[in-house]
Amino acid sequence: MIDITTATPNAATITPKRRFKWNVALDHLVLIVGSLFMILPVLLAFTTASHDAVTIHREGLQLKMGDQLGVNFQKAMFEKGGFTDTVDGMRMLTNSFILGIGFAVGKIIIGMMAAYAIVYFRLRFASFAFWIIFTTLLLPLEVRILPSYEVIQGLGLTNTYTGLIVPLIASATATFFFRQFFRSVPEELVEASRIDGAGPVKFFIDILVPLSRTMIAAMFIIMFVFGWNQYLWPTLITTEESFFTLVRGIKQIVISYTDAQIPEHGQALALAFVAIVPPVLVVIFFQSWFVKGLTESDK
Amino acid sequence: MAKVTLDGIRKVYPNGFEAVKPSSFDIPDGEFVVLVGPSGCGKSTLLRMIAGLEDISEGALSIGDRVVNDVDPADRNIAMVFQNYALYPHMTVAKNMGYGLKNRGVSKAEIERKVAEAAEMLDLSALLDRRPSQLSGGQRQRVAMGRAIVRNPDLFLFDEPLSNLDAKLRNQMRIEIRALQRRLGVTAIYVTHDQVEAMTMADRIIVLNGGVIEQIGTPTEIYENPASTFVAGFMGAPPMNLLKAKVNGAGTAEVTEGLSFPAPAGASGDVLVGIRPEDLEIAEDGDMQMEVKIVEELGANRLLHGDLGGQEFSVSVPKQQEVTEGQIALRIKSGEPHVFDANSGRRL
Amino acid sequence: MKRAGFTNRWLPVLLLVPQLIIIAVFFYWPAGYAIQSSFYLQDPFGFGSTFVGLENYTDLLSASEYRKVAWFTVIFTLLVTFFSLALSLLLAVKADNILRGAKTYRTLLMWVYAVAPPVAGFIGIMMFDQSTGPISNFFKSLGWDFTLGVNYFDTASAMVIVSVWKQVPVNFIFFLSGLQSIPRSVREAALIDNRSGMGRFWDVTFPLLAPTGFFLLIINITYSLFDTFGVVDTLVKGEPGNNPMTLVYKVYVDGFRGNDLGGSSAQSVILMVLVLALTIFQFRLVERRIHYT
Repeated sequence: MIDITTATPNAATITPKRRFKWNVALDHLVLIVGSLFMILPVLLAFTTASHDAVTIHREGLQLKMGDQLGVNFQKAMFEKGGFTDTVDGMRMLTNSFILGIGFAVGKIIIGMMAAYAIVYFRLRFASFAFWIIFTTLLLPLEVRILPSYEVIQGLGLTNTYTGLIVPLIASATATFFFRQFFRSVPEELVEASRIDGAGPVKFFIDILVPLSRTMIAAMFIIMFVFGWNQYLWPTLITTEESFFTLVRGIKQIVISYTDAQIPEHGQALALAFVAIVPPVLVVIFFQSWFVKGLTESDK
Repeated sequence: MAKVTLDGIRKVYPNGFEAVKPSSFDIPDGEFVVLVGPSGCGKSTLLRMIAGLEDISEGALSIGDRVVNDVDPADRNIAMVFQNYALYPHMTVAKNMGYGLKNRGVSKAEIERKVAEAAEMLDLSALLDRRPSQLSGGQRQRVAMGRAIVRNPDLFLFDEPLSNLDAKLRNQMRIEIRALQRRLGVTAIYVTHDQVEAMTMADRIIVLNGGVIEQIGTPTEIYENPASTFVAGFMGAPPMNLLKAKVNGAGTAEVTEGLSFPAPAGASGDVLVGIRPEDLEIAEDGDMQMEVKIVEELGANRLLHGDLGGQEFSVSVPKQQEVTEGQIALRIKSGEPHVFDANSGRRL
Repeated sequence: MKRAGFTNRWLPVLLLVPQLIIIAVFFYWPAGYAIQSSFYLQDPFGFGSTFVGLENYTDLLSASEYRKVAWFTVIFTLLVTFFSLALSLLLAVKADNILRGAKTYRTLLMWVYAVAPPVAGFIGIMMFDQSTGPISNFFKSLGWDFTLGVNYFDTASAMVIVSVWKQVPVNFIFFLSGLQSIPRSVREAALIDNRSGMGRFWDVTFPLLAPTGFFLLIINITYSLFDTFGVVDTLVKGEPGNNPMTLVYKVYVDGFRGNDLGGSSAQSVILMVLVLALTIFQFRLVERRIHYT
């Protein structure tokens, strides 16, 4: 048996040499280059937004901060008639929030209800309803854009929030997501709550909804970003400027950009930056929910 | 096949936590050593350092005559069996077993021969074309063993390989692993938190606690001469009774008046007197008065729990002995009581 | 269906009705309308329409312009899918390797997910500006006179680059979560079995990422086909002219600029069939082989 207290003499002298790990350094290098690739364009847009139009027109994008940041943002947000005639940036910002939140909330409520009906009830036409709903996952709005527009126009819903939001809800992503989640909820929970005397409505409100909180949060973030970033549909359905969202407004910016002698670069970039910030902040701050929602929605 | 030498091996994590305090021991060629201890005692960290999966913060590790601190795991000529088997889910059983050989440039025919041989040994021949997902837990365990065997390693490393199996399979695999290791004669280091596995499988046991080696010894040595109260309590079931006592002027350890035990020379102050429940017997003329509160039936014997000199105490008696709750008298059947220093926990 | 489902009769119907109505009005009606109009020729001034059978389809498929757009779409899809997958896989593997700063890198690499495609396109216009854009200036220094919106090839390159930039984050998130779901012990077993890092990646990590990869392949094809609309529309500055365009963009251009309901609908139907085929392909793949557990 070996006495553990007496180490052989060379014990202390052997300490592993601190190897410089080239592969770790390389990993970091790749990641830093990748991060720069993602960040630089938007950063440039921001710094350039702090210069006046003439400078930008002459010298292009600016990496250094200028002194026109406040002025450009002020004009872009509060002055009418920059790129549009009758609305300012604030109006567009409000519309963006209406679209993002309205879309997310509508989709979650309708999706949860439908998923609850499909998963927790004995329905004669359940599988029929399932297929009717899930076929919608197959065809994105872009594919059926013109007929959709014709239908909305026929219903007189152009230039309304309803016409803007509701057709976008007509796809079952949230329903599918909640169906998956409900199916993973332990069976015993329904049994237990039925023994405790809870009916279907009580079970839904008292048990299932609180249980789904993280899922709802995750869905909300994804749907909010998705709604906020809608472009094609708002472009078609809102021709009145008072319904423009920021992302929809980009089109006006681009058009004025090609027409003008010295386009208002600074203001344009300021507005673009405002269009970027809210969804990006949501994604960054609620990152873990967002990632969870995104990666679990496909299973 | 090789001996393994650990020389002042230490593990400190970047956050400053010292998972393994400087530890040294030798494992002779062909020996089966079990590292045992509660979870978080550093046994897995120690094993992973030997495997090369974890950097060694300080000290020297040799396998054979080679210091391997800076050698890649793939070049240490070791084989490891993981707790959850870690089979490659996309490879067949045969591919799983042969993957390591393939990477070492062994010829196809040779790999096939070795895989077939190992499969034969482990009763896996019919399963060679299956994927891990098509196997039962016990079969996966065998594949993990097979993957270790085919490499002809210098050293087997086992990281709680049986903890995911049911009790019956666990007993069976325990015997099989031991037999296999004997047959192949490969040095083995086996990590477990289960003291029964340690006692039954090991040539030598290393008991770890809080990153420190508490004791190294054969199962018998560990059981009969535990070096500390920790070892005394951890090894053996039911655990050893530890009675608080004081060494008096007469050189005996006194629990209460009228209840004292011989203390080794040089003992003084507060001590703990350790007596294994199975080292006692009921005797009418016994000088230890115990009050029995609960009787546990274990089949082959009975376990009596109660109170001795105001402290908790347990006794194991054969099934033939009728016992009722109430007062009984005990005496020591075999061996001497163990006496430990109450502060350091070391054996006196 | 849960074993202990409720047996209430009207409640589930009530719960399903909103979803079903929305789908009926805003999905099935337009989809059906698209199929129907694809067989009609509409009078450009809105005075009724004539049934023309498959003429809209045959016209399309024989039009060299449509075939050109289709070819561009195929190549565009392949390039965007390949580069965004490859780039994000590289980044995900590196982010998964390192211990320090992994969370920061994750944040830095994924936030672009939230940037709207047309905004990305607009930033692209600035970056690729013929006279002042930093990227076109860089190309110029290499001897490549980059003219966005004028030269077909240059515009197409800008579309690919911006679309890849916009898609890297999604792929990165999925690849990283795929990598992190590979059990640590399996990688450690590989560490003992194979000394070469590249060998371990191709033999163990890559095959285990295959389910994620196949899923992302479909996602990326769908993205390139449909979600790049905003990028394309801004980069051509709303002036399709002789610029490259994707099939979806052509549906829009023909339908809303050209007022060709029949032709646009026929294109929609072709795209529907394409998506359907993709989905079936995806399901078969999923069924077939890519689940190991």
